[in-house]
Amino acid sequence: MKDRLMDFDEALERFEPVMGFEVHVELGTRTKMFSAAPNPAHPDFHDAEPNTLVDPLSLGLPGSLPVVNEQAVRYSIALGLALNCEIATSSRFARKNYFYPDTPKNYQISQYDEPIAFEGSVEVELADGRRVTIPIERAHMEEDAGKLTHVGGATGRIQGAEYSLVDYNRAGVPLVEIVTKPIFGGERSAPEIAKAYVATIRDIVLSLGISEARMERGNLRCDANVSLRPRGQEALGTRTETKNVNSMRSVERAVRYEIQRQAAILAAGGTIVQETRHWHEDTGTTSPGRPKSDADDYRYFPEPDLLPVAPSRELVEELRAQLPEQPVARRRRLKAEWGFADLEFQDVVNGDMLHLVEATVGAGAAPQAARKWWTGEIARVANERGVEASTLVEPAHVAELQRLIDEGTLTDRLARQALEGVMAGEGSPSEVAAARGLQVVTDESALVAAVDEALAAQPDVLQKIRDGKVQAAGAVIGAVMKAMRGQADAARVRAIVLDRAQA
Amino acid sequence: MSGLRAEPADLTRLAGHELAGLLASGEVSSVEATQAHLDRIAAVDGELHAFLHVNAGALDAARAIDERRAAGEQLHELAGAPIAIKDVLCTIGMPSTSGSRILEGWVPPYDATVVARVKAAGLVALGKTNMDEFAMGSSTEHSAYGPTRNPWDPERIPGGSGGGSAAAVAAFEAPFALGSDTGGSIRQPAAVTGTVGVKPTYGGVSRYGAIALASSLDQVGPVTRTVLDSALIHDVIGGHDPHDSTSLDREWPSFAAAAREGAASGSLQGVRVGIVKELDAEGTADDVQARFRETVDVLTAAGAEVVEVSCPSFAYSVAAYYLILPAEASSNLARFDSVRFGLRVEGPGQTVEDVMAATREAGFGAEVKRRIILGTYALSAGYYDAYYGSAQKVRTLIQRDFDAAFEQADLLISPAAPTTAFKLGEKLDDPLAMYVNDITTIPANLAGIPGMGLPMGLGDDGMPVGLQLLAPMFEDERLYRAGAAIEALLADRWGGILTTKAPALTEATR
Repeated sequence: MKDRLMDFDEALERFEPVMGFEVHVELGTRTKMFSAAPNPAHPDFHDAEPNTLVDPLSLGLPGSLPVVNEQAVRYSIALGLALNCEIATSSRFARKNYFYPDTPKNYQISQYDEPIAFEGSVEVELADGRRVTIPIERAHMEEDAGKLTHVGGATGRIQGAEYSLVDYNRAGVPLVEIVTKPIFGGERSAPEIAKAYVATIRDIVLSLGISEARMERGNLRCDANVSLRPRGQEALGTRTETKNVNSMRSVERAVRYEIQRQAAILAAGGTIVQETRHWHEDTGTTSPGRPKSDADDYRYFPEPDLLPVAPSRELVEELRAQLPEQPVARRRRLKAEWGFADLEFQDVVNGDMLHLVEATVGAGAAPQAARKWWTGEIARVANERGVEASTLVEPAHVAELQRLIDEGTLTDRLARQALEGVMAGEGSPSEVAAARGLQVVTDESALVAAVDEALAAQPDVLQKIRDGKVQAAGAVIGAVMKAMRGQADAARVRAIVLDRAQA
Repeated sequence: MSGLRAEPADLTRLAGHELAGLLASGEVSSVEATQAHLDRIAAVDGELHAFLHVNAGALDAARAIDERRAAGEQLHELAGAPIAIKDVLCTIGMPSTSGSRILEGWVPPYDATVVARVKAAGLVALGKTNMDEFAMGSSTEHSAYGPTRNPWDPERIPGGSGGGSAAAVAAFEAPFALGSDTGGSIRQPAAVTGTVGVKPTYGGVSRYGAIALASSLDQVGPVTRTVLDSALIHDVIGGHDPHDSTSLDREWPSFAAAAREGAASGSLQGVRVGIVKELDAEGTADDVQARFRETVDVLTAAGAEVVEVSCPSFAYSVAAYYLILPAEASSNLARFDSVRFGLRVEGPGQTVEDVMAATREAGFGAEVKRRIILGTYALSAGYYDAYYGSAQKVRTLIQRDFDAAFEQADLLISPAAPTTAFKLGEKLDDPLAMYVNDITTIPANLAGIPGMGLPMGLGDDGMPVGLQLLAPMFEDERLYRAGAAIEALLADRWGGILTTKAPALTEATR
C-alpha cells in the first residue's frame, strides 16, 4: 500500500517536527560484552562463518554466566565523555526479558535505571555552517542479539518466510546505545540535522577508535523517532520509530518521509499509530512493523549475575584526558590543513566523505587529489548504484591509484579503469592494472610507428597540420590512442604527431 | 536392622577421608574403590533412585588415577575417591538435565567449574544425582524422572531439592557428593537423611556451570557423611572463579584444617551459640524439639555459652523468598525454548512461538510452571515495586537481623527442618505446606551467609533429625570447626556417626 505524502514545505507550515534518536554503536573489542568469544565487530573476525564465534554464553547454554568486558566499559566511558555526559559512580546491568529466537537467553543484558553515562550533549554543524546542539539523555551498555535470516517468501522478512536461520556470532557483541532527548526546533532542517547527528556520532566513534562505525555492516545503527504536532500545540504528537536505517543518506530521507507521511494522515483527520516502522532503502519508504506501546513489559530487574560497575574517578579522568578533539573542531582544523575552498569542503562534508578523504590523505594522497576522487568519480558511481561511497573502495586504494598517476604509471583515464576494477572486487589498483594490462605505453618507437601509420591513413589531416591548423591533430591523436587501446599519454602522442607532421 | 557395622573390606562404609587415606597409601586402588561404589549403586539404586545417570567412564577415570599414582605422581589427597554430582551441574560427557524433561539427554560441552575442580583433584565422578526439577522442591518428588527414596525408609522422601545426592551418600553409594542450595536444598536433605551438607557463603563457590534457579540465592556445596569430608570437598571446589562475577576474590582458610582441629578438641569452650527464637517455633515437631534441646545441653556441657537471639524479620522470609526465587527463575528458565538445545515439541502451529510454547508446555512440570507464572507476575510493570521490590527490602531487613544476632553470638543454631522426613505424596498436593517447610533454611540464602546441616539424632519414628549451624558471611570456617566438634561429641554418645545406624537396604547389601 502506498502512503499518501504531503508536500514537505506544506507539512512544515502546518506542523512542527520533533525527533529523537537511538543510535547503537558496536564496540570493536576483541571479545564479546560478557564472554571471551571473539567479537565479529573486531576486524580480525569479520569474515567468520555463521555460528563459529560462539561459546556457552553466546548460545545461552544452561549454567553459563556473564562477565563484564573491561575494555568495553572503558570504551563506553570514553564515548560517554565524548558526548559530554556525566559518568555514573555506580552503574548497574539489568535484564530485559522478551522471547525472540535471536536472543539466546530470551533476555538481553542491558542497563535500565542506572546507565553508565547520562545527561550530555553533542554539537553538530549543518552545511550552511549553523550549529545545533543535540541533547543526550543517556548512553548505556548492552549486548547485541544474533542475526536472523528469513528464507523463502518474497521479502526476506519474517512474514511469509518458510523458515529462519539464526547466526549467534553477533549475539553478545558489545553495544552502546545512545539515546537523545526530544529534539525541538529542527524545522525544515530536521532531516539534515538527523543526518548530521548520526554523522557526528560516527565521527566521534571513529576518532575514539572504539568501533569501525560502518553503517552498512551494522556497526552503527540508527532508530529514528519522529512525531509532529500542529503549530501552536503544546503536547507532543504520537511518534513512530523507524528502524533499519542503515546509511546517513537514509536517515535524512527516512525523517523527511515520516514528516510527509504523518502530515498527510494528520491533515486528513487521521491518527498516527505508535509503532515501529521499517525503512526500505530501495523504495525510499517506510512500512509498518510491529505495534509498540509504552506498555511493552520487559520485566526489567537488576541482573543478579553481575556486580554493579563502579568506575573509579581516576579512570574517568584518565579517559577524559585522552579524548580526541570534537568533530566540529576537527572539521575546522582539516579544512585549514587541506586548504580547501568553502564549496570544496562543503562538498566533502555533504557527501559524508570527511573521514574517507582524511584516511586517503593519511595513506599518502595529496588533499586535493583525494577530494577529487571521492567527490568525483567515486561519488558518481555511488550515486549511480545508490550505495554509500565507503562501500565501493578503501581509502588506501584511492591513495594508491593517485600514486600510480603521480608516478606516470597510469593516465587519468587508465586510473579510472583501474578504479572500476577495484570496485568490482578485482583487487588493489596495482593488481587490477597488472591483470587488465593497464599501463601507459612509454615505448617511443611504438608510439612513433603508430603516429606515422595514422598520418599516412589521413593525408588530408596531415596537410592541414602542415598548413598550421594544429587543432586538426586531434583526429590523429584519437586514432593513435585507439590503436594503443588508450594506454598512451595523450600529451606525448600530441607532441609526436606535431613533430612527425613536420618531418 | 542387620548389616549395621562396616566390614573392614567394605569400602563403601568408610568415611570419605578414610577411603582417601587408603587410596593415598596405596592399600586400595581407585578402581577397587570405584567398583565397590558402582556395585553398591547396582545393588540398591533400583530401590532408591538416587542416580539419574551412572558414569560409564568412571572405571576408566579411576584407572587413569591409579596409573598416575603408580607413576609416582604427587596427587591430591582425595585423588581416586568417588563422588556423586547433582544433576544441576554441567558435566562433559554426562547428561545434565536438572531433573527436567526439557533437558532430557542434553550433554553439555563444558564442565561446571566445581566439576572441573573435583576432576582436577582426581576425584572420580560416579554419575548424576536426582533432584526436584530445576531444584524447585523440598522432597525430590518434583523430579521429571521419578522420586528418590530415603534410605532410612523407602516410603519417605529424602528431602529436596538435592534428595539424590543426600540419599546416595546416606545409602553408601558415594562417600562424597555435590549439591546446590537455593533455599535449603543441601541442608534440609542432609537433615532428613542423617548426612552433613554445607551451603557456603554466597560467592564462596563458583556457580559457573550450575544450571541457575535463582542466581542471587544459588550456591554449590558438599554433601557427605562427616563434617571433615564436607570440609575437604569445600576446599577443592571453593575459591575465586573468573567465570563467575559474583564469586568472591579472597583467600579462604583450609576448612579441613578447621574441621580436624574442631574434632580433636571436642570443645566449644567460649563459643557463643545463639538460638534464633523465631526458628524455634510452634511448627517444629516434638521429637525434633527434644533432640534440639538435648543437643543444646551437649553444647553447653562442652563449654558453649548459649544465648537466645531474635530475628523478627524472619517472619517475612518465606514470603520474600517465594517472590525473589520465582522472579529470577522466570528469567533464568526463559532460555529453555527448543531453539538451541534440549527438548523440541512441534506443536499444532507453525511459528517459532508455537514451537516454544508447545515445548515449554510439555517440558516443564507443574511446580516449575507455577513458579514461572508467579515470577513473571511479580516482575510485571505495576507490580514490581509491591512484590519484587518489597521482597528485596525484606532481604535487607533479614541481613540486618543476622548482623544484630551475630553481635551476640558466634554461631546460630536451629533445627535444620521442622520435622523428620515425611511420606512420599504426603504434601504433594499442598505446595504451601511444602514451602513453609523451608522456613529454617531460607534466611541464610536471603542473607548470603553460610550454613551447615548435620545429624543430631533420631526422631520418634527412627528417622534422622538435623541440626543447622549458621555463621556470619565469610566465616564458613566456624561451621567446620564447631560442626566437627559437635559431631565428635554426639558420636561419643551414639558410639559412631549417625549413618552407621542406618538400616540396611536390601539383602544384597549384607
